[in-house]
Amino acid sequence: MAPRHIQVTETSRVVLPRHTKLKYDETRQVWVILAPERVLAPDEIAVEVLKLCDGARRVADIIDELAATYAAPRDVIATDVVAMLQDLADKGFLTEVRETTS
Amino acid sequence: MTELTDTTPPVDSNDGLAVLERRGSVAETYGIPLAVLLELTHRCPLQCPYCSNPLELDRAGQELTTGEWKKVLSELAEIGVLQVHFSGGEPTARKDIVELVAHANEVGLYTNLITSAVLLTRERLKELADAGLCHVQISFQGNEPVVADRVGGYKGGHAKKLEVARWTRELDLPLTVNAVMHRQNLHQLPDIIQMAVDLDADRLEVANVQYYGWALKNRASLMPTYQQLEETDRLVEEARERLKGTLTIDYVVPDYYALRPKKCMGGWGRQFFNISPSGKILPCHAAESITGLEFMSVRSNNSIAWIWQNSEAFNRYRGTGWMKEPCKSCEFREIDFGGCRCQAFALTGDAANTDPACTLSPLHESIFKQAERDAASGQDRFLYRNFAGGTPESRDA
Repeated sequence: MAPRHIQVTETSRVVLPRHTKLKYDETRQVWVILAPERVLAPDEIAVEVLKLCDGARRVADIIDELAATYAAPRDVIATDVVAMLQDLADKGFLTEVRETTS
Repeated sequence: MTELTDTTPPVDSNDGLAVLERRGSVAETYGIPLAVLLELTHRCPLQCPYCSNPLELDRAGQELTTGEWKKVLSELAEIGVLQVHFSGGEPTARKDIVELVAHANEVGLYTNLITSAVLLTRERLKELADAGLCHVQISFQGNEPVVADRVGGYKGGHAKKLEVARWTRELDLPLTVNAVMHRQNLHQLPDIIQMAVDLDADRLEVANVQYYGWALKNRASLMPTYQQLEETDRLVEEARERLKGTLTIDYVVPDYYALRPKKCMGGWGRQFFNISPSGKILPCHAAESITGLEFMSVRSNNSIAWIWQNSEAFNRYRGTGWMKEPCKSCEFREIDFGGCRCQAFALTGDAANTDPACTLSPLHESIFKQAERDAASGQDRFLYRNFAGGTPESRDA
């Protein structure tokens, strides 16, 4: 089972759980998150961040990419991104890929 | 955050998630609903006396074929529906349920299975998960087999449900426990809440019976006492606080005891429709109880979008133009839209009257008293739901 409650840090590899889908709604021309009994409309920044949450990138990589794209100070971006991801995780819309030792 | 059900609490708009369709805009444009309920069949192994299906059940031979349901799913995705709830009856009584879930997934719909669970095997559930099923909702009739199996009229049902709920979580599917509450099981609510926690459910629906159709026939056996209702309010409030972040609890009150009517279906034809087993497009699953309305089918020559936007049955009680007093001049008319049309029809004979659940209805006091009389009636036996028009419960003395 994917972990339910996670603590987001720069080393987390966050990903949307299988029951949460990020999708562009052609009819309403807006990005949506589909979740059980819910449809959410993330804002533009949340969409940019969520698109990078692929389970391969670490949060640190995501922050680096965003800092480069928006030419903004990394520490400011880092604080905002971690807070946003933690908020989404607390609502059950994000989980993380954990290393499995074989 | 946009709500799909009125029971979902609104969310702080400062949390990075904006509202998709703000209140008001939908009423003017009658945009296509975000989610649609598909009642695949009325067949069900359970016989719950409060079943939300109509008294007149669709027979197996009237059900849409696999091909017809697939066409419906494609059309829904095309016009902008985002989620579908596969329901019934018991949706897994359809042999093609896996095929339908797979098709829904292919056309980009988010899928939810609303099930009694008693027909599912682990293999079947795995097939559904592999086909792209996103969420499972299992109904429970109590927290232990004596009450639960009696209410469902199905021996061994409760144990089976627990088993399927565990498989659901093992397969990493999110789980909602749906508990329909009434006088004969409300004493189990604390244990039902704990059961949902133990099953690792994400959501619990504490849904008091709403009295139409089968439930109306069983009202005397089901109506809670006012004391039970007060206790339930207290329990739900306490559990919500205690289980914040662990379990979301949605709560539907029995509205005979309410002061304000519920905003039924978010208002008639505003944000919801369902499709019956035989393909009728309905403003709510009880709408066929209102006589004199003609509901169009997906088998007609009109598109689903056309029926939603233009058919007479959807337009009849849309907005506020149809209202009489006291609704017409009421400041809450666009908040609750006069309550429930089916309940207004069932209790007053005219669906355009104010729902008697509202204190402004001339019948309000009398239904409150009716509820108290029913609750004290001493009538405990059920009329079980079935295709034969119902069977009275027999009990060995």
